[in-house]
Amino acid sequence: MDDIILNKRINSPEDLNIAKETILSCKENKKEKIFVCTGGGCIASGSLKVRDALVNELKNRNMSDTIAVIETGCLGPCAVGPVVVMGRDDTFYQNVKADDAASIVHDHIIGNKIVDRLIHETADAKYQKVGEVPFFKNQKKLVLNNCGKINPNKISDYIAAGGYSALCKVITSMTGDQTITEVGASGLRGRGGAGFPTGTKWSFARKSEGDVKYILCNADEGDPGAFMDRSILEGDPHSVVEGLAIGAFAIGCKKGFVYVRAEYPLAVERLQNAISQARTCGLLGKNILGTQFEFDLEIRMGSGAFVCGEETALMASIEGKRGEPRPRPPFPAQKGLWDKPTVLNNVETYSNIPQIINKGAPWFASVGTTKSKGTKIFALAGAIELSGLVEVPVGTPLKKIIYDIGGGIPDGKKYKAAQIGGPSGGCIPTAHLDVALDYETLNELGAIMGSGGLIVMDESSCMVDVARFFLEFVQDESCGKCVPCREGTHQMLEILNRICEGKGEMSDLDTLQKMAVTVKNASLCGLGQTASNPVLSTIRHFREEYEEHIQDKKCRAAVCKSLIVFEITDKCIGCGLCRKSCPVGAIIGSSKTKHIINTEMCTRCGLCYSTCKFDAIIKH
Amino acid sequence: MSNNDSKCNCSCSDAGLNVDIELEKLNAVFDKWEAQPGALIPVLQETQGIYGYIPAAAITAISERLKEPASKIYGVITFYSFFSLKPRGKYLIRVCLGTACYVRGAEEVLTALRSQLGVNVGETTDDLLFTLDVGRCFGACGLAPVIMINEDIHQWVKSSDVEKILKSYRNLAVNGMKGGN
Repeated sequence: MDDIILNKRINSPEDLNIAKETILSCKENKKEKIFVCTGGGCIASGSLKVRDALVNELKNRNMSDTIAVIETGCLGPCAVGPVVVMGRDDTFYQNVKADDAASIVHDHIIGNKIVDRLIHETADAKYQKVGEVPFFKNQKKLVLNNCGKINPNKISDYIAAGGYSALCKVITSMTGDQTITEVGASGLRGRGGAGFPTGTKWSFARKSEGDVKYILCNADEGDPGAFMDRSILEGDPHSVVEGLAIGAFAIGCKKGFVYVRAEYPLAVERLQNAISQARTCGLLGKNILGTQFEFDLEIRMGSGAFVCGEETALMASIEGKRGEPRPRPPFPAQKGLWDKPTVLNNVETYSNIPQIINKGAPWFASVGTTKSKGTKIFALAGAIELSGLVEVPVGTPLKKIIYDIGGGIPDGKKYKAAQIGGPSGGCIPTAHLDVALDYETLNELGAIMGSGGLIVMDESSCMVDVARFFLEFVQDESCGKCVPCREGTHQMLEILNRICEGKGEMSDLDTLQKMAVTVKNASLCGLGQTASNPVLSTIRHFREEYEEHIQDKKCRAAVCKSLIVFEITDKCIGCGLCRKSCPVGAIIGSSKTKHIINTEMCTRCGLCYSTCKFDAIIKH
Repeated sequence: MSNNDSKCNCSCSDAGLNVDIELEKLNAVFDKWEAQPGALIPVLQETQGIYGYIPAAAITAISERLKEPASKIYGVITFYSFFSLKPRGKYLIRVCLGTACYVRGAEEVLTALRSQLGVNVGETTDDLLFTLDVGRCFGACGLAPVIMINEDIHQWVKSSDVEKILKSYRNLAVNGMKGGN
């Protein structure tokens, strides 16, 4: 369908309408559709083979003229991918293999019969349609609305779904100030973590004097456990392009950059494609939609430095320098990229903009809580039945996300904590499972909303080790420019390592807390200022685990290597696999007799534990 | 300039680092970026894309063409974890140590890779086939634990799967077929 519109510039609002109507009425669009998720997760699970198999099957049966296979962005439930949705009746199929293509076409399309083995199932029930599956039923998809319904590689799909009409509206019927007022009135707050009101940020940059201004999109999604921005860029890249163009119009700028991490090759590819298509159609470049408005976008790729997610570091990186933050003020709105007034927002923030313009601020403000409007996307992962991407109104209780949407904790284990906000965030223990996920409530608990990474942990996670893990991360990623962050995190990590090795003292806890506060107060940028949060939050909510490590030399989750012992039980049949896998020769035993681990020699690498096929090795 | 001129006396001239490279390949990169502001990082990214790492000779060439001191370029290279000053293996194995992968056993996978490849993190096998590295989240948390080999993601990896995965890449290197995967 793209060829219908890609050979002609869209020069006016009428042209955009005509393009939309032409796409909607064309033969291709009238075909029955089979949607195959081609988000990063489903591709890794083999969804491209599923797509090919479906296309072949339809071709072999001469049905390609009436039925189309649509590649879509992330549908959400990565854990059960590849997933397929049947356009005819919204049937949701999961764990689909290429071999299933024949059944889907023969049974579902021709025979109108559900392929039972691919239906979503829980312990109590089976669910046929997307809208019935609890994972989807309990979400509210506004930003992700297009993900799963359109092909992210086709601008025609986006235009047919109403795309670029918001851009058209602002540049033909609104002023920059009106645009900012509308965004401000919606109550949208930055989705990158800090939650700064977007309209206010834009108005600062608009008021700044200067002929050259820049608008930047932060797609350097570095928090481990976060993949919201990746999924938006892969699933609906045009919404980000449109949001950026609207922002550019509002603040009065002609040039924008999207800074994407290099770890996301597919997101870069799809965004680049979206930008090129928008240029060809005249939706980026000079005289957009026949007006005087000019705006173009360029992608700059990160090079693996976490600190570049910080706004001043990100700008230094675009300028071709080491990505080191600088003190603020001056704030980017006054002096940003190449010292020009600059606005920087996160991917998800921009993706919210077109619908705010189209449906109005009051509509947007009707979703969410009094202080935080709209929806938030969370990347749900870790010890959870259905890991994946979920979108809910801001203020949704954590419990609802974990149990109603995510299906709870697998393998009959118990919830222990959810880590929210990555290395800058904190843990939420069982006692606060009912907490509403909004900016203020989470701050009171010592956590932050962050960008949306939500890692669920069960009893097999050690909270001291989790704090150590995050501190090791920030220590490693600290750029080294300011002393409190560089040296403070290093010292704190040494103390935590000691505790995990069973060499801690009770006074270490006070020292840790004191240092944490110093690092927080004295560091230059957000990385250092929040680096202590995981430590402070785990000491606050899981102090007893720290005390067990220090006083009883015990790790209740059997994670901290120095505090655990591996033992071979009577279940051992003497197969010898563990003996062969042991890198230090600490396991002895002859064939078909129970083996023994020499605990003196054992380095606790855990290879035997994961190699044993009979669950005969335990750790405690 | 000729390749010989690029030999310097600093520690970067250690064995293997100053191999002859075809500097002409960089011309297209310079033509594309030279006039753009902030060109250094994209140029370094494309240089690494061509040679697999950033050879010392390339630093000198970039310095001359972009009119940036070599010291600044070196500073930028060493700041970002993606850039490598040493040749790397045909297959770059990166074990994700992001939170989701970590709580789902990524450490065990890394241990298995270390022992089966006989190299530590950041090192390359003698046959130049594999470089072992760690990553901080590839955004595939729903499939944790994951490892990324070049641009392929392998999901739900157990330490017992490592042998099979390595074998498939060894086969791929020999006959261009990824058998047993």
